[in-house]
Amino acid sequence: MKNGLLIVVIIGFTIPLLISCEKFFPPAPADDEVLDGFVEGLSSEQQAQFLAGDVAFNSVFTAETGLGPSFVATSCGSCHPGDGKGHPFTTLIRFGQGDTTGNSYLDNGGPQLQNRAIPAHSPEQLPPGVPFAKFTPPANTGLGFLAALTDAQILANADPNDVNGDGISGIPNYLTPPSYFQPQSYQQNFGGKYIGRFGKKAAAITLLHQTVNAYVQDIGVTSEFAMSEPSIYNGTNPTPDNVPDPEVDGATVQNVVFYLRTLKAPIQRSPDNADAIAGKQLFLNANCGKCHIPQWTTPQSDIAALSNKTFYPYTDLLLHDMGSELDDGYTEGSAKTSEWRTPPLWGIGLAKNSQGGQYFLLHDGRAITIHDAIMVHGGEAANSKNQYKQLSETDKQRLIKFLETR
Amino acid sequence: MYTYNWHSMKRIILFSLTSFLSIHALAQTDSSLFNRIPADTSDLKLNMEAAYNRPFLQTGKLPVAIGGYVEANSSYFGTDGVSEGPSFQIPRMTIFLSSSIKKGIKFLSEVELEEGGKEIAIEFASMDIEFHPLFNLRGGVVMNPIGAFNQNHDGPKWEFISRPISATTIIPSTWSNVGFGIFGRYGHNNWVWAYEAYLTNGFDGKIISNEENRTWLPASKDNPERFQESFNGVPLTTIKSAFRNREIGEIGLSWMGGIYNKFEKDGVKIDTKRRVDVFAIDLNTTIPGSNTYCNGEWVWAIIDVPKTYSQQFGGKQRGGFLDIVQPVVQQEMFGWEKSTINLAFRLEYSDYNVGTFKETGGNISDDIYAIVPGISFRPSQQTVIRANYRYLWEHDLLGNPPALTAGFQFGFSTYF
Repeated sequence: MKNGLLIVVIIGFTIPLLISCEKFFPPAPADDEVLDGFVEGLSSEQQAQFLAGDVAFNSVFTAETGLGPSFVATSCGSCHPGDGKGHPFTTLIRFGQGDTTGNSYLDNGGPQLQNRAIPAHSPEQLPPGVPFAKFTPPANTGLGFLAALTDAQILANADPNDVNGDGISGIPNYLTPPSYFQPQSYQQNFGGKYIGRFGKKAAAITLLHQTVNAYVQDIGVTSEFAMSEPSIYNGTNPTPDNVPDPEVDGATVQNVVFYLRTLKAPIQRSPDNADAIAGKQLFLNANCGKCHIPQWTTPQSDIAALSNKTFYPYTDLLLHDMGSELDDGYTEGSAKTSEWRTPPLWGIGLAKNSQGGQYFLLHDGRAITIHDAIMVHGGEAANSKNQYKQLSETDKQRLIKFLETR
Repeated sequence: MYTYNWHSMKRIILFSLTSFLSIHALAQTDSSLFNRIPADTSDLKLNMEAAYNRPFLQTGKLPVAIGGYVEANSSYFGTDGVSEGPSFQIPRMTIFLSSSIKKGIKFLSEVELEEGGKEIAIEFASMDIEFHPLFNLRGGVVMNPIGAFNQNHDGPKWEFISRPISATTIIPSTWSNVGFGIFGRYGHNNWVWAYEAYLTNGFDGKIISNEENRTWLPASKDNPERFQESFNGVPLTTIKSAFRNREIGEIGLSWMGGIYNKFEKDGVKIDTKRRVDVFAIDLNTTIPGSNTYCNGEWVWAIIDVPKTYSQQFGGKQRGGFLDIVQPVVQQEMFGWEKSTINLAFRLEYSDYNVGTFKETGGNISDDIYAIVPGISFRPSQQTVIRANYRYLWEHDLLGNPPALTAGFQFGFSTYF
């Protein structure tokens, strides 16, 4: 009888538990609370390539698989946790160019400092007196939408001579492409130069350009697109390691590029929040939206899921003079030292979730609040900053609330 | 663990199993041929002696005894809303062989087949030469006496299906190496004191160069050469001392340390010598009256990571676990005398990178917290059927919102 009772008790507990066990699992975070995930409408084959790219993006390199010898981070995912903005831990240093004539350190350590090294090797030292700037890793979501835009769409907002007299110019970064660059129909040739659209100074023309540079400059990993290890200032060039080149194959690089192209765009949170709605109007009234252009629509793309899609990145992909406070004395391509590409604002409200619980905003992470970031805007953004300063405290909070829902 | 060529090992294991089953078959027809030698369950056995005190089967006067245990379980886990569905595992089947060669000389071994035979490993294979209770020699593949779990890891002894996180990822249990050492014990009334001290092969540079992207001592277990030669020519020293009182419980203190990197090549210095040191304390007691069993282990690891390397790889680690097991029913059940139903609860924590970021001064996370409630049924002390629910919080290096993992496990483990 005792045994029978025991069996009944066990069954009585077990069956409901088995039926409802998924209720004891942690729920998936809401789509608008995370940055990873692919765009809607990918085919099964494309989803498989996305997953392959995801794996490669988060693959960790070691000294045995090609890391370094000098490097900044051990994987793509180390700099972009959860595909979000990075932390000062992986903030990198670019150096060697103080004007638009080019980087004089390209064969002597530039353009990037590899500040870490595998055991028994030495990290690179910053050349004394050289111009440099710190770059905090940006979020890498929604990049495929920006990559799908045509040069003509970007140029439509350029106003290098401020013809309309609004105090905002906007100019592309014109770059000499790398040898492996293959121009697409939506890209224009400007005397052998092409428009850059990725990176703090818009110094990468395509996501392949950005990815190849990141592999070699950030991780010290060669690919068929860049077969030499990064040069080291006053060091042996290229730095030898014991791993045959290329250290990552071309297909893997292309999978990462596909992954970056098909990561979803950040989803706006609390779209009906009254403060956020009011804040958006304040944002537009202060002419912030002249550079942080809210809305774009993609043309036809080779990835159907990216074709003819309206999206909301809040950028114009152009360079703007941001004033002396943000002039670090370093630049890339045809940009001046005070010019920075308008960073997309989408996903900014989720930055804390990838930056360890607090904001590290602006190109070098110096601003730890959105308010701080606005307050160092100068140059072409000075008028907008001043309008923000004149807002009541409540309205400032509304504007910030709006940005945090992006 | 020494990973062998599968085919050669398969022959050895098939031979052992065939011999064992033949003897077992005989034993079924004549029970006098077949004797079970139970483990010594007196209160004065220590954690560090667990590997040398297991239940064996012996046939007649044959000087060889055989034993082992098997674990099998199912699990169903999900992380942040994503689950791969239920799966079934046989994480390990282990065979023990022991032999009394001569009075005072014996051989003990443990061969483990992990994950259905995917990996075969010698967990230990040592010869003991006994001179005096306080001074004995042991050599061969020995289990480094660090913490308690490493030497007391048999599945049937635990109410939890998963091994403790800190005991398998900071201390890389089961951590055994080729080496030699001494051991001894002294008992008086309710007290016993014991020690072990070994010099063995040790860790290698992979502990700070691995795809876990963190300082990871278990990475050295992947080196198939470590049973052939030392990675750097410097022995790893492991020392443990433990006290036990029959009424109070047991405390063990242990240390394991040595050089982990290759600092010379062909006589040329290529790097500075870098140390890894692991300290552990383990405690266990049974609360009188309620018969509640408490068992815990805490470990600190200090690793000399080059300052110019990435802070991704921590120079300090710490972690531990606390198990509480409460027998709630002890009676004959289903015809099994002295069957027991236990409620169990485990708290565990591992921090793989104790420190602060140079850039911000902020805390480096890279840690795991877990709770594991469970229930077990023991028809005998040598067999356990158990069910666990496990919930883990895992933070990345930066301390971003944790990945949440939870799930159910059900399985059994038994000596045979």
